Formats: sequence, structure tokens, C-alpha cells
Amino acid sequence: MNKMSFHLVKREPMVWYKNVFVRAIAIIASLIVSAVAITILTGKNPLEVYASMVSGAFGSSLRIWSLVQNVAILLCISLAVTPAFKMKFWNCGAEGQVLIGGLATTAVMMFLGDSLPYPALIVVMLIASMLAGIIWSVIPAFCKALWNTNETLFTLMMNYVAIQSVAFFLKYFVKSGSGVLAPMSEYGLPVLFGQSYLLNIIIVAVLTVLVYIYLKKTKHGYEISVVGESENTAKYIGINVRKVVIRTLVVSGALCGIAGLLLVGGTNHTISTTTVDGRGFTAIMVSWLGKFNPVYMVLTSFLIVFLQRGAGQVSTDFRLPSAISDIVTGIILFFIIGCEFFLQYKIVSTKSGKEND
Amino acid sequence: MKKILAVMLAAIMIFSLAACGGNETGKENDNKGMSESPIAEVALNVDYEVPSDFKIGFICLHDENSTYDLNFLNAVDKIKEALKLTDEQVIVRVNIPEGNECYVAAKDLVSEGCKVVFANSFGHEDFMIQAAKEFPEVQFCHATGTKAHTSGLDNYHNAFASIYEGRFLAGVAAGLKLNEMIEAGKFTAEEAKMGYVGAFTYAEVISGYTSFYLGAKSVCPTVTMDVQFTGSWYDATEEKNAAEALIARDCKLISQHADSMGAPGACEAAGIPNVSYNGSTYDSCYETFIISSAINWAPYYNYIIGQVVKGEKIDADWCGGIAEGSVVLTGINQGVAAEGTYEKIQALVEEIKAGKLNVFDTASFTVGGKKLDSYQADVDTDAAFQPDTEVIADGVFNESEFRSAPYFDLRIDGITLLNEKF
Repeated sequence: MNKMSFHLVKREPMVWYKNVFVRAIAIIASLIVSAVAITILTGKNPLEVYASMVSGAFGSSLRIWSLVQNVAILLCISLAVTPAFKMKFWNCGAEGQVLIGGLATTAVMMFLGDSLPYPALIVVMLIASMLAGIIWSVIPAFCKALWNTNETLFTLMMNYVAIQSVAFFLKYFVKSGSGVLAPMSEYGLPVLFGQSYLLNIIIVAVLTVLVYIYLKKTKHGYEISVVGESENTAKYIGINVRKVVIRTLVVSGALCGIAGLLLVGGTNHTISTTTVDGRGFTAIMVSWLGKFNPVYMVLTSFLIVFLQRGAGQVSTDFRLPSAISDIVTGIILFFIIGCEFFLQYKIVSTKSGKEND
Repeated sequence: MKKILAVMLAAIMIFSLAACGGNETGKENDNKGMSESPIAEVALNVDYEVPSDFKIGFICLHDENSTYDLNFLNAVDKIKEALKLTDEQVIVRVNIPEGNECYVAAKDLVSEGCKVVFANSFGHEDFMIQAAKEFPEVQFCHATGTKAHTSGLDNYHNAFASIYEGRFLAGVAAGLKLNEMIEAGKFTAEEAKMGYVGAFTYAEVISGYTSFYLGAKSVCPTVTMDVQFTGSWYDATEEKNAAEALIARDCKLISQHADSMGAPGACEAAGIPNVSYNGSTYDSCYETFIISSAINWAPYYNYIIGQVVKGEKIDADWCGGIAEGSVVLTGINQGVAAEGTYEKIQALVEEIKAGKLNVFDTASFTVGGKKLDSYQADVDTDAAFQPDTEVIADGVFNESEFRSAPYFDLRIDGITLLNEKF
């Protein structure tokens, strides 16, 4: 019985231009497959669809600002989850950590906006949001470090607590029909040069550099990678794993809190249960696709935001159900993730019976 | 042998497909089930020419899958055709949540060159106001909102329709159906109870279910009603569950003010008559659908486009009625509705138009066993949500008089709220 079978072999690292070439092919292939899908499903001209995607992302200066600001927020959350993920601490709670940071910001704006001088208000907002994010991330970290609880489940649960806290807050303090809190623009973060998104973008750019340095150049960063590679090795060389876990989650939570501050204080000036809009989870994909490298993550978060905004434009321009644009986004991401996989592994065919014994 | 079997199977499948197809077209062509609408269609009065560089933008909370949004989108198509607007002149943004996204979408529409931006969901209001403050030269119009008359902005406007009149007429159809079932001996007059699936315990919904109930009560005096709230404008599962719970509580007829097919679908499955909202559900529920009231937004679109093109001011509040063509009814499903429904409603339409019939006549309802002479309603939205305006005059609760959005929030006798969701 000579049955064919396959197994995967890790590739030798390839030269950089080959890597780029393979990725380019993957993107072109994904565009072709999506084009076929669009034509079959909707009968529209795929070139027009792609043109509308580009216009949705870059069509006007407002859209470009909006795109960059969304990249900044997603990148900020991705930066926040990266240290934890690099340490193999599966922090699925960014959604809740950002939201609770946003809630803390909202509460400060609502209750202290009148009474504090503006500079003090901003400082209080920053401290409150970071503290809230830290509390939300440290509770699961603490339980993991002390009792080895499952952090994936724990952080996921904390998301629901955060979402319900926001729902409760809105129900209690906003008594209008739809429970929408009117934007409190007067208490927002400062607007630089008349561009309301500029401050957010600058802050995230600085954070990107800081996180890069923290992960690559500091002792903390080194400890994180050792714990991530092997806890036993870490223990063997004298790293206090519990301490590293908790410390890293403090960093992670604080960054999530800042993302919440930027989201609420910088752009929305209000909060709802969907303010974070799944970005706490998308950030995980950004972080993985970017191989935990903050510089690559700029590209991956840009890619994902571009796809989302472009796809949104497609569904309004052609009045297609939003599912169509989700399908296109899905196809493109599928090819990109697939290509990353095949850059690292290759398929080798084997004849069973020979190698198995 | 296998081949023969395969051929036979294929033949059976084709045959059954054809049979299904036959039924399908049979149903669609066989339109005698639905009557004409008892309200004659009002033609749009277009007395202006739209310049080719004019653009209008629409922001919708959901898309065509929500009956509420579909109703707005249908009106967009209507006005587009009536004014011969091109695709470039009418920009529609769907699935815009009630948050910062609405503000961004409004700004985006302005940057595309829209002179008027319209948003359709209550929660969009604050974000439309935010955009209106930023772009004083663009007109922002908002359906169902409450803040235009106190906002102090010249370019922000609210609109609604006297839909309580439509609800009342739909309620009459429900009452007549109950009477028919009572006469047929299906239950006694005392057991005549209706169920209502509402979104939020909020004036717009309360005004809606109360007018529906009063319509039914005007022809079936013993009727009572249970109301179950879902706490969401669009949640198919919750609405289905609420309708099923009401049916389990022995409600003989169901109506709803929530936007999915949840409640009508549950009624069709249980064989319980349903009075719908926002538009006909006849196609999927032809064994239980009776009638539906809806707001036709095309007259309002026509009004705001006209005012902008002519360079005239748009009213802070606009409330269209039957005469303007804003309040409409679908046809009546004659297979389900009681005999004489069409004629009865047609007669009442004339009475409403002539001003002889007031839905919220204080003689027709009691609160806590008493008739009301005076009521302070919360018309001006402020942080305290305090009542501020006397709304009863000459024995009538004047709904939509002091602002376009409903403010009738009285809990009248005969209606039981099973829960409350704000």
C-alpha cells in the first residue's frame, strides 16, 4: 500500500527579496480571487470595486486623517497586547481593558470636567484611564501568577464585566431613549494645529518607538522573550517568572488604558458598549502578523484598517450588504496569513510506511 | 440499477423544484389577498428644479434587512426617481452606529459636497448636532429626534410624522379582527387580549402602542393589551421570544414596534394574526398579516430638498400627517382581516382629515381610573428629564404639537406592561 502523504518542514530562512516576492504574489492572487468572488456574487465590475476601496481609504483629506487615526488606535491596542503575547500570556482582554480605560476617562470628563482646570483634568484623565486598564489586566495576571488560573478565559470574562459596566453606567446616567451619551467635546484632549486627530497619532508614534525599545533593548524585554520561549529556562537562569508576568501585564494594561483615553478623550468624547468595536481582538491578529515587532505592526494595522474602511466604502457605494465586503476582507487576509505560513514551512510529500517506522 | 435510480431521483428533484416554483409564482401573481391601501396615495408636489451640483446624504443605522431602515431607503429611491436625481447626487451610508461613527459619516458626506445630511436613528441626534455646529452652511435633518427646537442651531432640524394616526387605524383593523373571532365563538369578549412587542419604554413607543390600543378599543370596547419590551430597536431573537411569550400568555393578536421580522415570524408560525409596522410583511407572513402602518419619508425629503434649493429655511420641527402623505397604510390582507375593515378605515381616514377624530381624545382613555384634564409632558429634552409643557387642551392630548417627536408617555388603563426597558 503506497499511499501518498504529506508533512511540514520548517524552511531555511530565505533571502529578503524572495520573501517580498512571495508576499506580492499572495496579495495579487488574493485580489484576483476576490475579484472573481465579487463578479460571481454581485455582478459588479471588480476594478470599480477596488477603485471604491481605495477612495474609501484615501478619497479625501478627511478620509486620510480618519484612516491614520484608526491605524493609530488599532496600533496602540496591538502594542499593548504585544508584550503579553510575546511572553505567551494569552491576553484576550484588551477589548475590556481599553473599554474600562475609556469608561474611566468618560467618568472623569463627566464629573470633574466642570470643577478641574483643564491641564489638571487631562492629567487626571490620563492617570484614571491607565489605572483602570492596569486593574483590568493585573487581576487575571495576579491569579495566573499565584494560582495558575487560565488567563485566556479570565481575560475574556473581564471583557464582559467591562462591557456590562459601561452598559450600567449609561443606563444609570443617561436617561434618554437610546441610552446615547452626548459627546462632551469641550473636555476632550487638546487639538493640535486644528487637526483633531493629530495628537492621537503623535502619541501612538512615540509609543511605537518606546515599545520597540522596551522589547528589543531592555532587560525587561529580554526577560519577556525568555519567559515566552521557556518558563523553565527562565527559572533556571534566575528570572522571577511571577514578577515578570505581573509587571508585563501592568505595562499591557496601562497601554490599553491609554488606548481607551485616546479613543474617548481624543476622538469620540463619549462612550458606548461598542466603542472599542472588536479592536481588542483584531489587535491580536495585528500583533501576530507583525511577528510582535512594533515596526511591522505599523504595516499590518495599516493593512487591516485599509481593508475595513475600503470595504465599508464598497458596501455604501454599491449599496451591497456589508457581508460582501467582509467576504473580500476575509479572502485577502486568508491569503496573507497563508503566505506567512508557507514562508516558514514547506510541504514535503512522503510515502507512508517508509518514514513512519 | 444505480443509474436508473439516479435518473429517477434527478427527475423527482426537478419536478419538485418546478412544483415549488409553480407555487411561488402562483402566490405572487395571486394578489387578490391584498387590497389597495385604504389611504389614497398623495403625489409628491415638486415645484422646484434641482441643480445638477446638488447633493444629499443619508445616514442609516442598519441596512435593508431592518424594516425600519428599509422604509427610509425605499423613500430615498422614491424621491430619487421623482426628482430625477443621479447616483452621484444621492449618497447613502448604511450600518452607521449611534456613536462617533455618525459624526464621522456626517463630516464625510459634507466633504463629498452634500448640502443636506439626513440621519434616521434616535441615537444619531447628538452626533448630528456636533456636526451641525461645525458646518453651519450645511443643513442637518434628523428623524425622530427631540432637540432641534431647543438647540439654538439654524441648520439642525427634527422630523416625524403623526404616525399615531396610522397606528390608530391599524388598531381598528385589529379590533375588528378580534370582534370577528369573538363572534365566531373562538373566545369571549372578556378574553380579547392583544400583545405588543415594544423596543424601549420610551415616549415614541408608548405613543405608538397606546394609539394602536385605542384604535382597537374604539371598535372592541372590552379589549386589553400586554406589552413586552425587548430593550433594542433591532433584535430578531428577542422580538421572536417576546412575541412567543405573549402568545403563551393567551394574546389573540400581536403587533410590534421593533424592526426585525422576529415578531411577525413568530405569529406566522403560531397562526396568530399580526398587525405590522414599517411596511408589509405579507410576502413572508401571508397567513397572519393583517395590515401595517408606516411613515413615508419621501414627503419630508421633498420638503427639505425643496427648501434648500429655493434657499428657504427648514422648520426646526416638521410633522407630516395623512394629508401630506407621510402617514401611510399598506393594503389589507383580505384573507385574514375581518370583513368591512377596508370600508371602516376609509371612513375614519376622512374623519381624521376633517379634524373630527382625535386619537388621543381624553374621553377615550383613563389613567388610574380617572379622565385627564391636564398633563405636563417632557417636551424640552434636558438633563433632568422634567415635565415642562401643558399638552392637554380642549379635551385632547395634543401629540406632536410642541415638537415633532412623540411625547405621549402616559400609562393608560387597559394596558399592562410586563417589563420595562429604558
